[in-house]
Amino acid sequence: MVEKINLTCLGCPMGCPLQLSIVDGEIREVTGYECKRGEAYAKQEYTDPRRMVSTTVSCPTGLWPRLPVKTVDPVPKDRVPAVVQTLHTLEVKAPIRMGQIILENVAGTGVTVIATRSLPEMPEAD
Amino acid sequence: MKSPLQKTYDVVVVGGGPAGLAAALGAGEAGAEDILIVDRETEAGGILNQCIHSGFGLHHFKEELTGPEYAERFIQSVLSRQVTILTDSYVMNIAPDLHIEVISGDYGHLEVQAKSVVLAMGCRERTRGAIRTPGFRPAGVMTAGLAQKMVNMKGLLPGRRIAILGSGDIGLIMARRLMLEGCEVVGVYELMPFSNGLTRNLVQCLDDFAIPLRLSTTVAFIHGRDRVQRLTMAPVDDQLMPILNQSWQVACDTLLLSIGLIPENELSTRLRLKMDPATGGPQVTSTLETSLPGVFACGNVLHVHDLVDFVTEEALRAGRFAAEVAQGRRRPGDNISLQTGENIASCVPHSLSPDREQVVYLRVKRPLKDCVLTIGDRYEKVFRMLIPSEMIRLTLGPEILDRYFGEHLKIEVHPGEVA
Ligand SMILES: Cc1cc2nc3c(=O)[nH]c(=O)nc-3n(C[C@H](O)[C@H](O)[C@H](O)COP(=O)(O)OP(=O)(O)OC[C@H]3O[C@@H](n4cnc5c(N)ncnc54)[C@H](O)[C@@H]3O)c2cc1C
Ligand code: SF4
Repeated sequence: MVEKINLTCLGCPMGCPLQLSIVDGEIREVTGYECKRGEAYAKQEYTDPRRMVSTTVSCPTGLWPRLPVKTVDPVPKDRVPAVVQTLHTLEVKAPIRMGQIILENVAGTGVTVIATRSLPEMPEAD
Repeated sequence: MKSPLQKTYDVVVVGGGPAGLAAALGAGEAGAEDILIVDRETEAGGILNQCIHSGFGLHHFKEELTGPEYAERFIQSVLSRQVTILTDSYVMNIAPDLHIEVISGDYGHLEVQAKSVVLAMGCRERTRGAIRTPGFRPAGVMTAGLAQKMVNMKGLLPGRRIAILGSGDIGLIMARRLMLEGCEVVGVYELMPFSNGLTRNLVQCLDDFAIPLRLSTTVAFIHGRDRVQRLTMAPVDDQLMPILNQSWQVACDTLLLSIGLIPENELSTRLRLKMDPATGGPQVTSTLETSLPGVFACGNVLHVHDLVDFVTEEALRAGRFAAEVAQGRRRPGDNISLQTGENIASCVPHSLSPDREQVVYLRVKRPLKDCVLTIGDRYEKVFRMLIPSEMIRLTLGPEILDRYFGEHLKIEVHPGEVA
């Protein structure tokens, strides 16, 4: 029995429609991708779906009270809520540099979270 | 340290979003010496500062960045050149002789003289008034972009139970964002029979979170005196009018509107620039110069873009051409005018010159499958799928254009003619 699965590649904004042929739980063939990354995406999504997470953490002393952050690698899809919840309990102190590590091994995923902007301190009111 | 302001500049850029930043960079690369960017916000970066999701820069930086990362990289390279960025400052008026009036948080009322100007004011969101939704006027109705700024920069939630009208990328991205923030998104509703968002965003923003998308649907009535309490939703007919006897109720406390963007052209209309009703922006030549010599336009103020990379590319060119004019160099004028034909909603620029490679951006009027795009009688390209929300980018070389001296070139798309 060949099972057919349709997926949309999330590799880039092209969003190619992918077709997977599955035999006994194994991928036999992937079609529909415009570039190699699509094939890799299909395999990953079928065996271990992952997502990048971007959210914010609290930074009360910053120019803005929220600091945008992201995971440097995708985390397992079903761990996304846990990752976000962990980050929402975090508080960091300005100044922050873009790329600075905010948290390692977030929610036990082994993935690092970094700041996606520099955030200076809120200037004193004069 | 702020560098002291001068009285005259080679190039003044209005707006410090990705378009303004790239225009300043382009102007610097082309040899302009004194360049000033004016932006009304506290920081340069424009809309990118609130777009914390990734999906920017695949073309330009060859990696997928978040909005703030893209902005910061650009700001760094702009600041490494002789560019002054004046923030907290609003450009009030541009006179036809390029005398510019600014109200500045730090300097008060300012006047500067430019040799050339680049308009890069971006766009704003359409509001409830634009679609005249009947009902009460409670708190809790706002644009999706405003909600994005509240959540991502100020740490404020717009509400708890949220309905979103409009399935463009901003609406989809906010649906996911608010779910991650612990809100309940009851649904995304779209007037048209198709979504205007990227398929990728339908998957990763809606499907991943089991948020329903209802096409051909609109808000028929907003209920609630102080705060939104519920919405009457209705399917629409062929004329996009709500079918009220098939309506239903949705309980929610917030309605986000993601119903389109309008280029912010108050300065342009006051300058009496020739406008294009199809894009909502000024008409421009192949050097992105408007109908007033010395005034250039790029980014969302010229036409609404969906990819920041195209904004950057366009703005680099606008800056370069603005620098040339500031230095007294003039290219020969365009001699081919571009016309939109069948199925084409808009095109930028509005005229072309055969002396160098030209970049043309287009949008189609409706989704089209297996179609052929033609420009005049010497250019043909086959597309598997074209949709209005994805801008088409074409390059046309002299070998295609040099035969059309002094002519109108028509762009058309013919569906279903593929063998
Ligand atoms: C919610 C959202 C999500 C997006 N997602 C993506 C994505 O995933 N990938 C992607 O590639 N693109 C995305 N885009 C598109 C891209 O970000 C925009 O097309 C781009 O930011 C437009 O740049 P701009 O410089 O023209 O306008 P803006 O970024 O809007 O900048 C205009 C600037 O001009 C200033 N200004 C206006 N008028 C004046 C005045 N009179 N005086 C002084 N300053 C003034 C404004 O304050 C603003 O800072 C998204 C856009 C939005 C809104
Ligand atoms: S297959 Fe390649 S081109 Fe297509 S969406 Fe995936 S990454 Fe993009």
